Amino acid sequence: MQKNNIEASALGTGKTKTVISVKGLEKIYTMGDVKVYALRGIDLDVTEGEFVAIMGTSGSGKSTLMNILGCLDKPTTGSYTLDGVNVSTSSRDELAEIRNKKIGFVFQSFNLLSRTSALENVELPLLYNRKISSQERRERGIKALTSVGLASRMKNMPNQLSGGQQQRVAIARALVNDPVIIFADEPTGNLDSRTSFEVIDIFQKLNEKGITIVLVTHEPDIAQFATRKVVFKDGKIIDDSQVKDRKKAGEELAALPPIDQIDSEIKKVETTEKVESN
Amino acid sequence: MGIIINILRISLLALRKNLLRTLLTMLGIIIGVASVVAMMGIGTGSKQSIESQVNNLGTNMIIIFPASTSYGGVASGAGTSQNLTVEDAAAIPINCPSVPLSAPIVRSTTQVLANGQNWRTTVYGSTTDYFPIKNLHTVAGDIFTPQENKSAAKVCLIGQTVIKNLWGANYDLNSVVGQSIRITNIPFIIIGVLEIKGQNSFGQDQDDVIVAPFYTVQRRILSITYVNQILASAASATLVTAGSDEITDILSQRHKTLPGVAPDFTIRTQADLSNAFSAISNVMSVLLLIIASISLLVGGIGIMNIMLVSITERTREIGLRMAVGAKGTIILLQFLTEAVVISFFGGIIGVGLGIGVAMIVKNAMHWPIVISVTSIVVAFLSAAGVGIFFGFYPARKASMLNPIDALRFE
Repeated sequence: MQKNNIEASALGTGKTKTVISVKGLEKIYTMGDVKVYALRGIDLDVTEGEFVAIMGTSGSGKSTLMNILGCLDKPTTGSYTLDGVNVSTSSRDELAEIRNKKIGFVFQSFNLLSRTSALENVELPLLYNRKISSQERRERGIKALTSVGLASRMKNMPNQLSGGQQQRVAIARALVNDPVIIFADEPTGNLDSRTSFEVIDIFQKLNEKGITIVLVTHEPDIAQFATRKVVFKDGKIIDDSQVKDRKKAGEELAALPPIDQIDSEIKKVETTEKVESN
Repeated sequence: MGIIINILRISLLALRKNLLRTLLTMLGIIIGVASVVAMMGIGTGSKQSIESQVNNLGTNMIIIFPASTSYGGVASGAGTSQNLTVEDAAAIPINCPSVPLSAPIVRSTTQVLANGQNWRTTVYGSTTDYFPIKNLHTVAGDIFTPQENKSAAKVCLIGQTVIKNLWGANYDLNSVVGQSIRITNIPFIIIGVLEIKGQNSFGQDQDDVIVAPFYTVQRRILSITYVNQILASAASATLVTAGSDEITDILSQRHKTLPGVAPDFTIRTQADLSNAFSAISNVMSVLLLIIASISLLVGGIGIMNIMLVSITERTREIGLRMAVGAKGTIILLQFLTEAVVISFFGGIIGVGLGIGVAMIVKNAMHWPIVISVTSIVVAFLSAAGVGIFFGFYPARKASMLNPIDALRFE
């Protein structure tokens, strides 16, 4: 089942540091007398610098795995080692600490705090880290926003930003704590194709800088931008392979028709997004 | 320390985001605290005012009656024996350090004639100390002298109800002075008019009186050797009990009362009256405080209500905060801080408003109002307590949320 090919990592530097190591992971939900097997024995390793796309239909277990990998949930059985720490037996508070220091999240629905500026949204994870001074928090927030190209929008509220910009703020928020890994759950699900490419482009650029990314998607197109593809079905991994003919989001973006032609369409999409995100 | 500042920052930001809702929630606490402060001010003020009025009634007065007599087993009621004397009255201030004043009293209810009219009234005979003990003053003329008492002079002071009935309602009080009045057919000269005292606490008209020197009434009108009662005054209301004991000692000694035998006199004070009044005002203060506390309680429930709504509305926000590393305790503290900040500022504004309302009542209705520091502290602390108490349940509920469910909450 496992077809890890470490040498094919995006960096190609031959680094062998394993960020995620999962062995025999099972997750069983008990609903009354019925036991629902969400995950049936998952083995998965993710090496530093990889860009993994997890694919599968809804109910395949990919979201459950994502929650466990993201330390939001605990497995029923099996072990999970994140950055050399066995977290499968950690307490609620220890998991919170790990999420705060080692993990960055990007969600489908952005999950930005309304009526809170872009910069304050980005600073949010650092507010829960007592070791970081307010000055350092501000500096790191500005740095993260700059790295996603939104240095000029720091003071803007989420409802003053387009859907793509909101997701970039969310990515900056995921970056601000220098995580060992970023989890992105359907990050392009609420975006049109142009902004999707913009967001994926940012992920690819971050990945090129060496950041490990695990991205959940059900769109095969999006998976083509990753370095590795893991396919789920009925709580099991049915395919785990390196992506052939990997696409570059930047190139796709350039190939799209000029923006003014689809301007009206984008506006329409953005209006609905704003309503949803508020 | 840093994390506490951050929690405060987060809470303040959240409250600012929903400023109108924050202010409306605060309003419940503001009204609650304001009513506690105002009601306690009114209550304490009324209590002090009642107490000072009760003191004016003469709560430090001590009245000594002869004990009841019995002939062949038939008891004849208090004040019927004839064993109190002028010497007893004179002995009291000399021997009782707590009782500086005493006056013997003889009393006769009799017919008086003047200006061609007649009227039945009570004539009191007493010494000059009677006036300070009863807090009696004249509005015209003056009281009699000790010399006039010793010589049993036929002079008297007259109450205004008597004047009304003999001379009519609008008669000039000053022109009564110097006129003649016949008491039990003995002519007296009116030397003064007494100030209006109104009814006493038992409904008796205290202005339907004539006061004459003691010996004049005892010898000329009543022809008796004893006194009906002795009126004494303790140095202060708190010394009434001590004074009563001292009087009991000296009179028992003078009357040669054997140990274990009931004394032949009875002492009455108005301590019961004063106790009754302060009990009434205490009940009133407690009642006002209960009413005020109910509004504070309602304000607290308002906080809980809004916090619960707010937490449901902000479930995804809570989920996100947890996802980026906020522990349950931090979420709990955040929402608790919001509740406490609301009640804290509500408390400050409420104290100000309460003082303002009390001042308005004081100026507009001339009620006696006393704002004590205690009432402010109590109101403020109960506001903070209400915030913590009613904020805790919603905050705990928020902290128990599962981050995954919270993030997906629609």
